[in-house]
Amino acid sequence: MIKFQGVHKWFKKLHVLNDINLHVKQGEVVVVCGPSGSGKSTLIRTINQLEPINEGALNVDGMDLHCKKTDLNKLRAEVGFVFQQFNLYPHLSVIDNITLAPTKIRKISKRDAQDQAMVLLERVGLAVKRDAYPTQLSGGQQQRVAIARALAMKPRIMLFDEPTSALDPEMIGEVLAVMQDLAKSGMTMMVVTHEMGFAREVADRVVFMDHGTVLEEAQPEEFFRNPQHDRAKQFLKQLLSPMH
Amino acid sequence: MLKYTFDWSIVTSGKYFEWLVSGMKITLELSAVGIIGAFVLGLLIAVMKMSHFRPLRWIASAYLEFFRNTPLLIQIFFWYFGSYKVLPTVVNDWLNSTNFEFAAAAIALTIYTSAFIAEDIRSGILSIPREQMEAARSAGFSYLRSMQYIILPQAVRITVPPLVNQFLNLAKNSSLAMTIGVMELTYQARQVESYTFKGFEAFTAATVVYLVLSVSITAFMDQYNKRVLNPHRA
Repeated sequence: MIKFQGVHKWFKKLHVLNDINLHVKQGEVVVVCGPSGSGKSTLIRTINQLEPINEGALNVDGMDLHCKKTDLNKLRAEVGFVFQQFNLYPHLSVIDNITLAPTKIRKISKRDAQDQAMVLLERVGLAVKRDAYPTQLSGGQQQRVAIARALAMKPRIMLFDEPTSALDPEMIGEVLAVMQDLAKSGMTMMVVTHEMGFAREVADRVVFMDHGTVLEEAQPEEFFRNPQHDRAKQFLKQLLSPMH
Repeated sequence: MLKYTFDWSIVTSGKYFEWLVSGMKITLELSAVGIIGAFVLGLLIAVMKMSHFRPLRWIASAYLEFFRNTPLLIQIFFWYFGSYKVLPTVVNDWLNSTNFEFAAAAIALTIYTSAFIAEDIRSGILSIPREQMEAARSAGFSYLRSMQYIILPQAVRITVPPLVNQFLNLAKNSSLAMTIGVMELTYQARQVESYTFKGFEAFTAATVVYLVLSVSITAFMDQYNKRVLNPHRA
């Protein structure tokens, strides 16, 4: 589904992605973690080309992103993206946030789009908020609407860029539950997160990055029990007991 | 002692009243055409100025600098006295078959005001967080569609107060059209004064109409902003 082959990216002189080789199969859930500045957000943002790559080959759902001819709008319609800051459209109600892209891009009728949106809102537990505006919702609710909005395009891949990092602790659970439910339904997912509980329970694979390089790639059990790389050991230690 | 005797009847009934009313109608028409035209054109120029395509940006910049930095009266004179000398005969014939004075004034007001509106809208667009564009693009919208559905609707909401100012300026600036013989309100007030020597009454009447027009524009935009653009904040 997603295949990185020798991908490099620079921000001016900063080498943010250094020889990335990664293969995510259909239905797989991959968690990307690492210290801040390690390039994990950049990595996930290259998959729908919010960040273009400078070198190497990147194939997503059969489309070659390093090739100029690829229709990026078409690609992005197939890839759902969930942001750390939710980025709902503040001028639209919840239901309009969800139906905008399906009606304008997929050209489905407003009525059908609304029916589908209600099914999705049901699924994320927010059917009662259909007419609310984003500013009237809590962070956790906004993020669940953002997930519903992404799902409304019936994407083949879902990307999550630190989806719970901007949330109050008591709201993290509700968002993770929605994501877990989505993973169970067989969605191909790539998730940048520090929620190690989620990684342990839901991920098929954990990718650990630092300084733009993938240092470790392992099954969650393996990664948490027996991290190979020193940097990974240090990272996990700090994450699990931040006081030391 | 005041030697002047007021005669308000000349502006409330009769022939002169009708002149003022016909002037008011033309002022309203000119303002309406100008406001709609300047808004649409301003929107277009603002988007051009932010385009990733350089030549479009250059054209927009030249347009802005040119029309913002020359007097409106000169621009009105240019369109009225200057433009037809360089336009093809077909266009001139067509212009002469219509109301050329009105057209020249409307074009000048529209273009002049659109330059100011474009800058207001552009600063509105710049105030929308970059992430909104990212969200729109990652949903699969093209740059222009993202602008249309996500960025501009938000930018225009922010831009309403400065837009009202531009609309008010346009409505009041329409009085300059009298200089090329458009028979709008100021022109008619002058006429009434010339025929009756009742300058106080004539220009008071015109002042009241401009005032009502301006206050109406403000009130309308205020309500539009509250009820249509931001219903959830009301």
